[in-house]
Amino acid sequence: MAGLLYLHSTLLTSASALRRRAGAPASSSRRRCRVEAKIREIFMPALSSTMTEGKIISWTAAEGDRLAKGDPVVVVESDKADMDVETFHDGFLAAVLVPAGESAPVGSAIALLAESEEEIPLAQSQFASFSPSSSPPPPQETAAQEASPPPPAPAAVSAPAPPSPATQGGVRVVASPYAKKLAKDLGVDLFSVTGSGPGGRIVAKDAEAAAAAPKKAAPVAAARPDVPLGSTVLFTTMQGAVSKNMVESLAVPTFRVGYTITTDALDALYKKIKSKGVTMTALLAKATAMALVQHPVVNSSCRDGKSFTYNSSISIAVAVAVDGGLITPVLQDADKVDIYSLSRKWKELVDKARAKQLQPHEYNSGTFTLSNLGMFGVDRFDAILPPGTGAIMALGALQPTVVGTKDGRIGIKNQMQVNVTADHRVIYGADLAAFLQTLSKIIEDPKDLTF
Amino acid sequence: MQSTAAVSVSASAIATGGARSGAARRPGGVRVCGLRGEALACSSLRISQAPARRAATKAAAAANGAVAGSGGFDYDLVIIGAGVGGHGAALHAVEEGLKTAIIEGDVVGGTCVNRGCVPSKALLAVSGRMRELQDEHHMKSLGLQVSSPGYDRQAVANHANNLASKIRSNLTNSMKALGVDILTGVGTIVGKQKVRYGKVGFPDKEITARNIIIATGSVPFVPKGIEIDGKTVFTSDHALKLESVPDWIAIVGSGYIGLEFSDVYTALGSEVTFVEALDQLMPGFDPEIAKLAQRVLINPRKIDYHMGVFASKITPAKDGKPVLIELIDAKTKEHKETLEVDAALIATGRAPFTKGLGLENINVVTQRGFVPVDERMRVMDADGSVVPNLYCIGDANGKLMLAHTASAQGISVVEQISGRDHILNHLSIPAACFTHPEISMVGLTEPQAREKAEKEGFEINVVKTSFKANTKALAENEGDGLAKLIYRPDTGEILGVHILGLHAADLIHEASNAIALGTRVQDIKFAVHAHPTLSEVLDELFKAAKLQPREGRDSKPKQPPQPLLKVLGFITSLLSSQ
Repeated sequence: MAGLLYLHSTLLTSASALRRRAGAPASSSRRRCRVEAKIREIFMPALSSTMTEGKIISWTAAEGDRLAKGDPVVVVESDKADMDVETFHDGFLAAVLVPAGESAPVGSAIALLAESEEEIPLAQSQFASFSPSSSPPPPQETAAQEASPPPPAPAAVSAPAPPSPATQGGVRVVASPYAKKLAKDLGVDLFSVTGSGPGGRIVAKDAEAAAAAPKKAAPVAAARPDVPLGSTVLFTTMQGAVSKNMVESLAVPTFRVGYTITTDALDALYKKIKSKGVTMTALLAKATAMALVQHPVVNSSCRDGKSFTYNSSISIAVAVAVDGGLITPVLQDADKVDIYSLSRKWKELVDKARAKQLQPHEYNSGTFTLSNLGMFGVDRFDAILPPGTGAIMALGALQPTVVGTKDGRIGIKNQMQVNVTADHRVIYGADLAAFLQTLSKIIEDPKDLTF
Repeated sequence: MQSTAAVSVSASAIATGGARSGAARRPGGVRVCGLRGEALACSSLRISQAPARRAATKAAAAANGAVAGSGGFDYDLVIIGAGVGGHGAALHAVEEGLKTAIIEGDVVGGTCVNRGCVPSKALLAVSGRMRELQDEHHMKSLGLQVSSPGYDRQAVANHANNLASKIRSNLTNSMKALGVDILTGVGTIVGKQKVRYGKVGFPDKEITARNIIIATGSVPFVPKGIEIDGKTVFTSDHALKLESVPDWIAIVGSGYIGLEFSDVYTALGSEVTFVEALDQLMPGFDPEIAKLAQRVLINPRKIDYHMGVFASKITPAKDGKPVLIELIDAKTKEHKETLEVDAALIATGRAPFTKGLGLENINVVTQRGFVPVDERMRVMDADGSVVPNLYCIGDANGKLMLAHTASAQGISVVEQISGRDHILNHLSIPAACFTHPEISMVGLTEPQAREKAEKEGFEINVVKTSFKANTKALAENEGDGLAKLIYRPDTGEILGVHILGLHAADLIHEASNAIALGTRVQDIKFAVHAHPTLSEVLDELFKAAKLQPREGRDSKPKQPPQPLLKVLGFITSLLSSQ
């Protein structure tokens, strides 16, 4: 899913055309056409109908690089997802106008594309006259409909540009349009502002006052968790559900098999495609799903103790700690969906999970579960099998480990310990061992993950 | 073609004001109608010269006072509705020597003059100046110093109201002077060529007419679930009276009407929230123009917006509670949020005003309220056949809901009943939105043109010019803007022109006239424009258009300017040397 760049050329030369205009009005338009054919502007594309500005995650091409039509140039983070953006024309990336990490409004120029190598200096000199506090971004090139449609997934993501006085955490914020605009510009959190307008509405001066007020000392990140010590707290609905499931799991005879997997190749791949928004979680889910394709029994489930089901699809549930509990958003058909879509899907699911907006089918349809505590430095642990599934895999940290190699030397490799808990009624030791071997092969040679 | 000046000022779908003098057949000279030049309202300023024609007109005016029209009918033409469409038709009918009457149940001038383009232009004239005076940066860069500009709401409202009255009386006088009978009451068609009129429900007077034109216009459309109280929840009808300037107003609908009012309200200090059902603001505009408009007219102002949502329920403010607007997702119909604002303007379009016309008496069934017509504005009955001697023009037929369209359609109808076939080219009718800066357009948008090109198998080209490169615009410190031309590179046919920029509404006519007259890019590009003017934006646009080289095309310029100048120069030098 790559967006297409708007390439546009008319106004690049407007400043110079203007100068010329004074002397030779008639020729300006013609000459402009000649210039415009050679140096084009690359515009911040509208990746979704609601996007008003985009943040540049990274430039995949560097200044001076030769680009062919369709080559990815830049990764843009829109309000919905990160997208690879491709160029529409052949040429050389002459100048990057908006560096990585900065944002630009939709339709504004973010880079210049020269048609030939000789024109790079010309483009760069134009950049010099083009950028400094210059006029508002020039009118945009051909129409929105050329942009690729927004990614299909993010349905429930809230509206972007003007933060809406949505209900969040049960608190409603009513703020006037200008107050919202100011708050955004001044970096004021409207939830912390008391409104002085009619009906307690936040108006512009409230936002300004809040921005002017000395900032309260931010709570120290590592502060002690704020819990009422010594008191008894009733389970929340989520805690209740977890408790029930955990007790139910005792009825299933489980066993565990561990494996150590070398991840150097996976790390290298991750570094390469990280800029495209791919996450390690998505890579591991993808690898697991591909291994499960070859071992359908590990993806099966036994519910009644008399029969078991080979699940028709591979849906990887990944445990996520959320405020007040644990939830397992599900990556459906993880074996079939490509890694980029899978990463976007994952990002969306996590956002929804944090906002407590997951729909039931988005967290209870997993056929195989992943649980990862590696980010805390945990090197190995043991997971409880969620009822209704056949197996769960606990992932430890990826860490450099001293290993002996086959040729008798000692080397350092990145390794990860995994530990699978499975229902022994249907999955036997040899099944798990074979599955883990397949998984380790996939991770150690991960080129198929990106197909 | 001779000189007929059609001065048009237009507005929004409220009905863009102005009248195109479609039938430009008179050699110019004397003003016939009572309108004055400074009253740039929804009316045409006609200039006529031919003494013969003038005599005929006078004769017609005199004859109109006679006992009966020709052929035993009371009138040759009866027009129901004295808005801009009816007025345009009446004036032209008198010129054609037709005995004419116009029936009006409310005030002469209709929506445009009383509740549309005219008063809104008065408010926009104020808002434009306010905006300019408040823009310190703009003033400073011109070297001007202005201290704390302010306004008097009632005086602004009076300006709008006075303008409407003035234009209304101009319109009335122009018809009276020509001898058009103005009949007061609500008109109902009771049968073939027969109209009754009088008070609502008691149409006591009956007249016969050889031809009837329905020109009853439209009223603001209010979706269900919205409760109008005229104070805090209202339509353009109320808003134009400017009885209040709310701190925060939600505008439901981001078309012409909504956009113009956002311009007025933000200039007067309100904050605005747009509620738009589609996924794009300004959905009717060329997408590129809409994007630029968003950048120039929305983003830098105190405006925010919700797109893809319907206002399912709007409750006026009462008992100390604000106006409540329930928003639901346009697709899923799920409740999204509730807005609490000080006022809400409903600008969701206009609905035809065709109830009580007695259409059932002649077997005509309206479609969503619109009177079905063919390309000649002849009314079609339920069986799809033409109802003889009955026409419908303007918003009531819904073809293109703009005041000047109504007038042009009226003139077209009068041409037909005077024995000359005439079909109005609707693609040549310009439209304008009078924000600051203005937006104007004629013909197809780029997506429409692309679709047509694909279907019919031709290519299109698009060229653009910027106001930033225009001397006059820069002198005014108003460089924001874009003009865009969509044309066929094989034939040079102009398909559409879209302008956003200073005085765009006045600039569009060069393009709309070119489309109306079939002028092609290769010809118009040699037309000379005064320097320095904003018109040069279009000059550059036409000059930037490249045509495909084709064998057999006449490559010689039709009016080689250089040799001609040389000859003139030579003659001049001969004369001066003597």
